[in-house]
Amino acid sequence: MFDRRDLLKGAGLAAMAATLNSTKALALDTVTLPFANGERPLVKYPQKRPMIGLTSRPPQLETPFAVFNDGPITPNNAFFVRYHLSDLPYDLNPDKFTLEVKGNVDKPLKLSLKDIRKMKATEIVAVNQCSGNSRGFFEPRVAGGQLANGAMGCARWRGVPLKNVLEMAGVHSGARQVTFNGMDGPVNDKTPDFIKALDIDHATDGEVMLAYGMNGEDLPFLNGFPLRLIVPGYFGTYWVKHLNEITVIDDVYDGFWMKSAYRIPDTPNNAVEPGTAPKATIPINRFTIRSFITSVPDGAKLKAGAVTLRGIAFDGGKGIKQVEVSTDGGKTWVGAKLGKDLGKYAFREWKLPVKLAAGSHELKVRATGNGGETQPDMPRWNPAGYLRNVVETIRVSVA
Amino acid sequence: MQRIVLLAITLAVTALMGSSLAAPVNYKTPDEVAAFKPGPNLEVVQGNCSACHSSDYVATQPPMKDKRAFWQAEVTKMIKVYGAPIDDADVGKIVDYLTATY
Repeated sequence: MFDRRDLLKGAGLAAMAATLNSTKALALDTVTLPFANGERPLVKYPQKRPMIGLTSRPPQLETPFAVFNDGPITPNNAFFVRYHLSDLPYDLNPDKFTLEVKGNVDKPLKLSLKDIRKMKATEIVAVNQCSGNSRGFFEPRVAGGQLANGAMGCARWRGVPLKNVLEMAGVHSGARQVTFNGMDGPVNDKTPDFIKALDIDHATDGEVMLAYGMNGEDLPFLNGFPLRLIVPGYFGTYWVKHLNEITVIDDVYDGFWMKSAYRIPDTPNNAVEPGTAPKATIPINRFTIRSFITSVPDGAKLKAGAVTLRGIAFDGGKGIKQVEVSTDGGKTWVGAKLGKDLGKYAFREWKLPVKLAAGSHELKVRATGNGGETQPDMPRWNPAGYLRNVVETIRVSVA
Repeated sequence: MQRIVLLAITLAVTALMGSSLAAPVNYKTPDEVAAFKPGPNLEVVQGNCSACHSSDYVATQPPMKDKRAFWQAEVTKMIKVYGAPIDDADVGKIVDYLTATY
């Protein structure tokens, strides 16, 4: 009757009610992601549409890929969810929520949500992507969350620049980093709490934001309600959810989640020979450039003739300069028409009308950023399964 | 009867989610249905691993060539990195279970 989670939470009767409530909540259907052991349940959580369930405690949900064909903004109820530790602030009271700003500052702050909402707000459209997005495609396979391409999303975030809050607190000269801690934490004291750090120059660049709004609504609970860090162009590991503690330090933070986890090889392209370990590593940082075909799934059967291919592209913040498409497995490429520019951190839509003759085709898409970087033809590899950005291939049969 | 009332309250609270501010969130995740597969030392695995995470963390890992080395490394990581309080005597049992079952 009671599972261990309920016992741990000591939530006797409430747990029983939850159990009764949710017998039908799971087992909607299953999906099979295109790699070995890719069977997943489709699960329904409050505030979310049916999502691809990776793990249930802590909750991790992947966005069904078809959602990305609906437009450059990912709906809140379809936005992916990633947690590390199982003690979530399920009962948090937004009226009592306090953001603490402390450490090497003149004036430590305790700000309520009201205080933060009263400050001058800004908005930015930015992609959030899990460091381990697409890890399931790594070959050789690596341990960790086995995701297909749905641990990403693009939203319009609303909040206040972190810079303004740090200015209110008055950062001491000599400050080197700022650390970020959220209300979620481990169930075991010996597990390192999830704390991330940014260099002081990055934290005060005016773009890093404390967001309470997402696509015109409050953040969904599982996306960090009531306040999360937005780090445009950077992998989601830095986008601390349920953010309630900001500490300015005069050192480089050496906690587990910076010093040991979320590291990439300190090599060209941050890659190593598949199956080998790097000699030196650095903290993961900006997104690699990626592009996807969203209008046609892999393995699709299409009618011969004209079809308009559509998709999205994004990078770590230079912005997308060009998207090219190949319908012949990469022999020839044609430039696609880019959609509306929602900002250099946003998904950039593209489309291209093509004619497909009967037979099998490999459709490929490749983006180039304003800084000139592009996507590799062959996948790069690192032991943690991060940064995947190979040119994607969709195989279709046309008749 | 009491269960039905509790259920009604739970549903009502769930329905209020998203209206933001003014009340504690009281977010309810669906019940955890994934379970560890039957296998040798199942109860040792349930007792140790389930404290911190659901069984799907194990079930979704990729099929590796050297299963024993993979699972040994995972169990070691749970102990050394995440501080899992696993008795020395249980480590081998857990690795045996994982190697045989996943």
